[in-house]
Amino acid sequence: MSQLSMDSVARATPPRLSRRIRGLSDRTIAWLFIAPTIFLLLAVNIFPLIWTIRLSFTNFAANRPNAEVQWVGLRNYQRILTDPDTWATMQATAHFLIWTILLQVLIGFTLAWLINRKFRGNDLWTTIIVLPMMLSPAVVGNFWTLLYQPQIGLFNSIVAFLTGADPTSFSMIGDVDLAPWAIIIVDTWMWTPFVMLICLAGLRSIPESIYEAAECDRASKWRQFWTITVPMVLPFLMLAVLFRGIENFKMFDLVVQLTGGGPGNTTTLTSIELKREAFEKWRTGYSSAYAVILFVTVFGLASIYVKALNRVKDR
Amino acid sequence: MSAHSITEPSNGQKWLAGVLVAAYAIITILPLLWIIATGFKSSPDAIAYPPKVLFQPTLEGYVNLFTTQTRQSAEFLAENPPTTWYEEIVHDKGMVIAGPSRFGERFMNSVIIGFGATFLSVVLGTLAAYAFSRYRVPLKDDLLFFILSTRMMPPIAVAIPIFLMFRNIGLSDTHAGMILLYTAVNLSLAVWLLKGFIDEIPREYEEAALIDGYTRFQAFVKVVLPQATTGIAATAIFCLIFSWNEYAFAVLLTSGTAQTAPPFIPTIIGVGGQDWPAVAAGATIFLVPVMVFTILLRKHLLRGITFGAVRK
Repeated sequence: MSQLSMDSVARATPPRLSRRIRGLSDRTIAWLFIAPTIFLLLAVNIFPLIWTIRLSFTNFAANRPNAEVQWVGLRNYQRILTDPDTWATMQATAHFLIWTILLQVLIGFTLAWLINRKFRGNDLWTTIIVLPMMLSPAVVGNFWTLLYQPQIGLFNSIVAFLTGADPTSFSMIGDVDLAPWAIIIVDTWMWTPFVMLICLAGLRSIPESIYEAAECDRASKWRQFWTITVPMVLPFLMLAVLFRGIENFKMFDLVVQLTGGGPGNTTTLTSIELKREAFEKWRTGYSSAYAVILFVTVFGLASIYVKALNRVKDR
Repeated sequence: MSAHSITEPSNGQKWLAGVLVAAYAIITILPLLWIIATGFKSSPDAIAYPPKVLFQPTLEGYVNLFTTQTRQSAEFLAENPPTTWYEEIVHDKGMVIAGPSRFGERFMNSVIIGFGATFLSVVLGTLAAYAFSRYRVPLKDDLLFFILSTRMMPPIAVAIPIFLMFRNIGLSDTHAGMILLYTAVNLSLAVWLLKGFIDEIPREYEEAALIDGYTRFQAFVKVVLPQATTGIAATAIFCLIFSWNEYAFAVLLTSGTAQTAPPFIPTIIGVGGQDWPAVAAGATIFLVPVMVFTILLRKHLLRGITFGAVRK
């Protein structure tokens, strides 16, 4: 026994570094471990955020760093909120958000529900369905412009084959009415598996015994679906909607490659508008105010939503 | 399963579900197959009407992707016969290879920045996650929420001051700058995911190690880390994929030396518009590793994409 403990003491005899660490209290180790992360996030997120807020009250332009910077108070905010273009952009974003979430929830839930039938080979099909989600939106979005070409594009040919329409008669990304749907289709293609996976986890979390009990009570399948399946999957579904909502509010790469915000301003989502103001027109002060407004919006909406989500979870 | 469960779907139902899911999977994979196929098409085949499903495969797209070419006169071409297979492909079009293209460089930038950022975020993330998991940290929930909330900011909004900051301290368009930036972006994911994985390792192992005379730090390195290997590997792959795919920061903050592949691939142009076989070839090389990782990761996929909020 004593031989053994002597042994482990000998093995644990520390080099200088670990002797110093050994002397540290748990509290110090905890802070030592957390500090680099917090520091980096402060430097790359919070410091820029504060800088953005400061710039938003000025007329600073990043392409003229030597020009005199004037304090303009709330004028940037006032101009953004009274600009009809801002509201057009917000509307385009809302249209994109609502439809992508709606379609992804409907298709994603249906797929999850089907996959949960546990047919043979469902692992293979699930893996295939999941692939688009992990790919680079910019690279894939760029390639979709080929698929969407009238005449030579695969998408148009398939639609033409199914509906008998002339494949040259419509241009998904060139037409003012179709372009908003073009981006919704690609986003739904990419992100439906995300909602599907979360729903599947929800469905699998429901204990079999509940259905068995319902079966004994002679509840119909339809009733079981609405009184057991839906309420039990709802918290999962809401979580999926939260993630998709935040991600699509920030949407930039996919749409910028697909349509670049056009034709006209029909697919100019908030991030694309922000990029134009900040990095093409170089109105840094103005775009900083825009960024602050976006951040407050997304943070506010997300907080309200998380409260609702917690209420559903606790029920 | 022994007896037939009353809640088990019937065979007919299973069959129908299987057919519907398979149909969706086939539709969903079509665009990806089309990218891969287009990479092996000749330029006329890639933009043929109607779209060509069957075609004579060629490596023209890949050759165009990796080289720059110039047109030469017939005499010059006759005097300088091609010596390799790729020179021959170019030669047939009346061109000669002038040199390598930028694609290799851009791809390497993606590799360097991706792996650098992944390494840093996993190291910092593991330390922070361990502390959050095992110690009583004041304001723990607030700190964790703060870490998560850094993901809510649209990248373009943060890019404005970061652009200015990087310009002032000489980090713009450098590998180091991009690695730091992607590390910060990935940290929220790394901390949240790893905390979940470390929470699952029973504390008893460490307590036993502490009783054996290990220090807290030794227990962390020799007991917790080996137990967390799978979680750390999964987290690393997620971080790698996110930095690999990132576009917004890359397109705004890099132009030359540190530009990664996603902003570069869409700019590959040939004579009269995009050179689709070359774009598709670049996209294939760029996307296939991610597809392989996705298949390897499929058990942890859900956890990764929900920041550890949903575990199976």
